[in-house]
Amino acid sequence: MSEHSSTDSGDDLICLTAARMAQKLRTGEITSVELTRAHLDRIAAVDGGDHGVHAFLHVSAEEALATAAEVDAVRASGGAAAEALHPLAGVPIAVKDLIVTVGQPTTAASKMLDGWMSPYDATVVTRIREAGMPILGKTNLDEFAMGSSSEHSAYGATRNPWDLERTPGGSGGGSAAAVAAFETPLALGTDTGGSIRQPGALTGTVGTKPTYGSVSRYGAIAMASSLDQIGPCARTAEDAALLHELIAGHDPKDATSLPDEVAPFADAARRDDVAGLRIGVVKQLRGEGNSDGVAARFEDTLDALREAGAEVVEVDCPSFDYALGAYYLIMASEASSNLAKFDGVRYGTRELPEDGPVTIERVMGATRAAGFGDEVKRRIILGTYALSAGYYDAYYGSAQKVRTLIQRDFEAAFDDVHVLVTPTSPVTAFRFGEKLDDPLAMYLNDVATIPANLAGVPGISVPIGLAEGLPVGAQVLAPVREDARTYHVGAVIERLMQGQDGPLWAQVPEPTAAATPTSGE
Amino acid sequence: MSEISRADVEHLAKLAHLSLTEEELDRMASELGVIVDSVKTVSEAVSDDVPATSHPLPLTNVLRDDVVGHTFTAEQALHNAPDSEDGRFRVPAILDEE
Repeated sequence: MSEHSSTDSGDDLICLTAARMAQKLRTGEITSVELTRAHLDRIAAVDGGDHGVHAFLHVSAEEALATAAEVDAVRASGGAAAEALHPLAGVPIAVKDLIVTVGQPTTAASKMLDGWMSPYDATVVTRIREAGMPILGKTNLDEFAMGSSSEHSAYGATRNPWDLERTPGGSGGGSAAAVAAFETPLALGTDTGGSIRQPGALTGTVGTKPTYGSVSRYGAIAMASSLDQIGPCARTAEDAALLHELIAGHDPKDATSLPDEVAPFADAARRDDVAGLRIGVVKQLRGEGNSDGVAARFEDTLDALREAGAEVVEVDCPSFDYALGAYYLIMASEASSNLAKFDGVRYGTRELPEDGPVTIERVMGATRAAGFGDEVKRRIILGTYALSAGYYDAYYGSAQKVRTLIQRDFEAAFDDVHVLVTPTSPVTAFRFGEKLDDPLAMYLNDVATIPANLAGVPGISVPIGLAEGLPVGAQVLAPVREDARTYHVGAVIERLMQGQDGPLWAQVPEPTAAATPTSGE
Repeated sequence: MSEISRADVEHLAKLAHLSLTEEELDRMASELGVIVDSVKTVSEAVSDDVPATSHPLPLTNVLRDDVVGHTFTAEQALHNAPDSEDGRFRVPAILDEE
């Protein structure tokens, strides 16, 4: 926003990286209360109204300011307690509304959970509370994280700060848009098939899907348990790495979380060495299918990497052609099972049938009909079909075998190269309604991000420039447990591609200005 | 196109405890046919000798000590219930009283 005329102190505070905010807090240049208030003011200015960004489903001003004041008091006291503060203490954050929080509602953007209050915190929420990060509120998503545009939210779509008539991607459109519009420097997202990375690409921000199991999923409302992963949304690879370091690590409450030591991801994001890097370009995701603008920026990125001393080679991953099909079968199957718990008995809404006997079976049917939106119903039916007798082997069974082939393709590729790069999304931000009535067209948004979820490998999306005024992202994939490589190469690409005008995140148009009609209506 | 009839969707909806309207049944039948057509290629990609992968990481038998930990109070557990009585979830009739 540096080129805009608005230069009051609040704007100066919010248009920074999280790392820079943390530094200003440490040196006492600013307080967390000032920083948190500046973000709450920003949310009030750009998020609401008919043309607002609508990144937030719930804003928790009081709680955020209370946390900020506590951190400020500890810092002011000096001594051991101040020394022991987490590096991100006092830096505000937003949380995708699929992740449960005590004291703030969690809806999963579904009518099913309207008014539901979690009796427990997700482990990642416990971690950010312990670190003293004020939680600004809960961000919008496609209902139960099912979608690639945020249009499937039961509470209205989020708008892309780059063009308010376009979607920010999804499912985590709220978290990405909030970071892009300076409503928060950091956010938590979840990524089952690309829900952190694709919105990152479409909003000019950074999004990371960690290695499966790197971050505890305890308290993330499950869609597809073998694919779901919580991760950071940020402005830079370094900011994402700082947040990843905080939330990573083993959690006894999630049996699938890895027992590994957390690697120094932020150090990796500060490396700028390129020489000797061998980078693979996935043949199947390079050419047709990508829009001209996306393809052009991606080839620019490869040129820049070569010029900087990296070796760029093409890698063949033939089974990737079947990834989308395998993903939709596995995801829908697991989702249909995970969502069976929403039955109007123990929590959530309960709807009585309009007529006929009021038996529990009919109440469940009516509750689920009223509580779930179209896309959720579609996936429940598809999953029920894929798992039903007579089809199980051909569909779910084959999809699980494709998963093995995709893992083998990754293994063979990583025997040859350090990382793989692909465009994150085949297209830039699309208009509202453009793909809403065509499920298959919507599913294609995730063609490049899905293989990582099927194989459990880590991926990051970083901005690589604009195509027709809209952000384009590149994805860096690394072997399982080698998340540090994604931060290293992600940060390298970020620096190589930021251009003469500085980083892309600082160039987003002012959403309020764009939203205000120039003439009276 | 895959033959997924309206009756098939009706059966699946019953299995999934989902009361769909007449309009939804029609729409889902045609949408599901298109989606299944596009994903069924997976069966062409694999042969019998490829093992299935159900989980991205080979973690098995993650155990913990059998000790009493934190649990919700009955009040916490019932806090979000649509209906409760005497410290229990209250539900409509389990059996159809016809």
